[in-house]
Amino acid sequence: MGLDIRIPIGLMFVIFGVLVGGYGLATGGSEIYQRHSLGMNINLWWGLAMLAFGAVMLVLGRRGTGAMRSSEISPEGRAIEESEHQRGVEE
Amino acid sequence: MRPEPQWIDYSIIVIYFVFVLGIGVLLKKYMKTSTDFFLSGRSIPAWITGLAFLSANLGAQEVIGMGASGAKYGIATAHFYWVGAIPAMIFVGIFMMPFYYGSRARSVPEYLKLRFDEKTRGFNAISFAAMTVFSSGVSMYAMGKLLQLLLGWDFNAAIIVSALIVLAYTFLGGLTSAIYNEVLQFFLIVIGFIPLVFLGLSDVGGWNGLKTRLASEPMVHSWKYMNSPDANPMGVEWFGMVMGLGFVLSFGYWCTDFLVVQRAMAADSMTSARRTPLIAAFPKMLFPFLVILPGMIAGVVAAGAMNSGTAGADTTVMTQARGGGISLEGGKGIIPPKLDDAGRPVMKEGKVELDYDLATPMMLVRYFPAGLLGIGLCALLASFMSGMAGNTTAFNTVWTYDIYQSYINKGASDQHYLWMGRMATVFGLAISLAAAYIARQFNNIMDVLQLVFAFVNAPLFATFLLGMFWKRATGHGAFFGLLGGTIAASAHHGLTLPAGSAVGVKGGFFGTVLHTYPSEMAQNFWTAIFAWTTCFVLTILISLVTRPRQDEELKGLVYSLTPKPKDEGLAWYQKPVTLALVVMALLVVLNAVFW
Repeated sequence: MGLDIRIPIGLMFVIFGVLVGGYGLATGGSEIYQRHSLGMNINLWWGLAMLAFGAVMLVLGRRGTGAMRSSEISPEGRAIEESEHQRGVEE
Repeated sequence: MRPEPQWIDYSIIVIYFVFVLGIGVLLKKYMKTSTDFFLSGRSIPAWITGLAFLSANLGAQEVIGMGASGAKYGIATAHFYWVGAIPAMIFVGIFMMPFYYGSRARSVPEYLKLRFDEKTRGFNAISFAAMTVFSSGVSMYAMGKLLQLLLGWDFNAAIIVSALIVLAYTFLGGLTSAIYNEVLQFFLIVIGFIPLVFLGLSDVGGWNGLKTRLASEPMVHSWKYMNSPDANPMGVEWFGMVMGLGFVLSFGYWCTDFLVVQRAMAADSMTSARRTPLIAAFPKMLFPFLVILPGMIAGVVAAGAMNSGTAGADTTVMTQARGGGISLEGGKGIIPPKLDDAGRPVMKEGKVELDYDLATPMMLVRYFPAGLLGIGLCALLASFMSGMAGNTTAFNTVWTYDIYQSYINKGASDQHYLWMGRMATVFGLAISLAAAYIARQFNNIMDVLQLVFAFVNAPLFATFLLGMFWKRATGHGAFFGLLGGTIAASAHHGLTLPAGSAVGVKGGFFGTVLHTYPSEMAQNFWTAIFAWTTCFVLTILISLVTRPRQDEELKGLVYSLTPKPKDEGLAWYQKPVTLALVVMALLVVLNAVFW
């Protein structure tokens, strides 16, 4: 249960990778690369890198347990609730 | 020079916003109690709280400010990391976290209440709450100004839209939402800045090429020229640096500022809480390469083929092709000059003053083509928003627990405090927004406020150090020590002046100037040293003449009365102490390499 943060991170970077990498493919040889990135098609290469990073995050997120649990479930969360009652700061 | 964002860049920014908001929406259903909202149910794994610990501090001041310092002072800026942040992060993880986490305090001011008394908590809670909303306002203002200058975006639209997005996701998902987004923002900032450093360094011929072009030895050594303030561009000598920055300011910030400590408090166990700052220390150590190098490169690089005028290695004359954008005329490298209200370059002592804050943004404009530019702008926006969200979540917690629940409405239902937390998120951001507009109107008021906060913060670490490690320290001692330290800070600042500054906010406001420091930085470091020492001595003296608390009451709050945390069941490489030793070894290597 819970939401593993690696899933949204992975998804976002996969989308960024496809977008930027695809843009790099489409604009290959354009003068923007001469003007900015020392003649290198940085969009294509960094797009691929982001795609790979996103994919790794997705795989890890599907396997792992990087999720938050509600305070009712986590032992530390319950301990906090209990101490609030003991100290009388909460009803 | 002016960026030309295309549809692709705007799509990337929109997608980023969708994800940020989506995380808030998805987390809403887990926010059942106030503990979920303010402490993430104490259930987050260490690697996540670790990255959030780092990212909450990775606001605009860090990304833009460290680039600016890099351009101005060179690699010595890395002291803020290698002498400043890292040792403090090790200390908070190994020695202080057992008390924060183990005492079941829900905030830093609440720890002060448990350890000392109500008045010490009140002093800290109120000054902290005021500080977070106002500094969040200052960074909003900085963001609005930058986006307006760089991209021609509307100032109002820029700050209101980003404030609304931060509001939406912290309102819905509380601290968890802020932490999750901080992790997302961390990766975005790293991934956005790596190609910048790569392209910049390739252009100047690597580190050696950068050295040759800077043609200034003190810019590329962090320690070698620290023996005298005249020998290095920072104007600081090693003692003021190590004591002022390394000890007082950094330990004060990383060990007592609830903005960062709150992240560790959300961890799912004591071990995770202790590992949080140590995990953060690894990437933190490498951040100088990501945020300082771009600034250094910006000062020496030519505007390149973008330039329609003549290109030189040092000064680049740039003519405007279109309206808007930023003129580099009279600047250095791609760092433009500072302009006055009439649009003329500001002169200081016969030289053009540079707008160093634009060093890093101009690097993005220079090296990123459409496509990657969107990622770079996202990274910049992410840094602004993570700073804002960090302040907001720290504010709503301190407001609800330490002000509202303590002084206004005690003993209400959990649901009521959850509701109050959401309301505090709304009005906290509203005050920040108002502060951003005040900053726009009266720059000086904000400078004065920030100065006051610095005075309040400087002595704080002495109070915590004594509170945690000396069971004899008393509530009266802590409170009057803090007060005395704050007064000492303002007195020191009011009686000294950095060289070349006018009397006023910069110092000397008590009429006489007893000492002139070579730089503003040196003055700040020494203000902190004076404040800390005063607080330390006063707290000890007053504690000795006031009645101490029973040992029984201080269990779990003071080092000598708390069982040492055992890390049983952990492999050796998972233990906090092992992590700390590895971090320290790497730190020595980094300092040696860039000596």
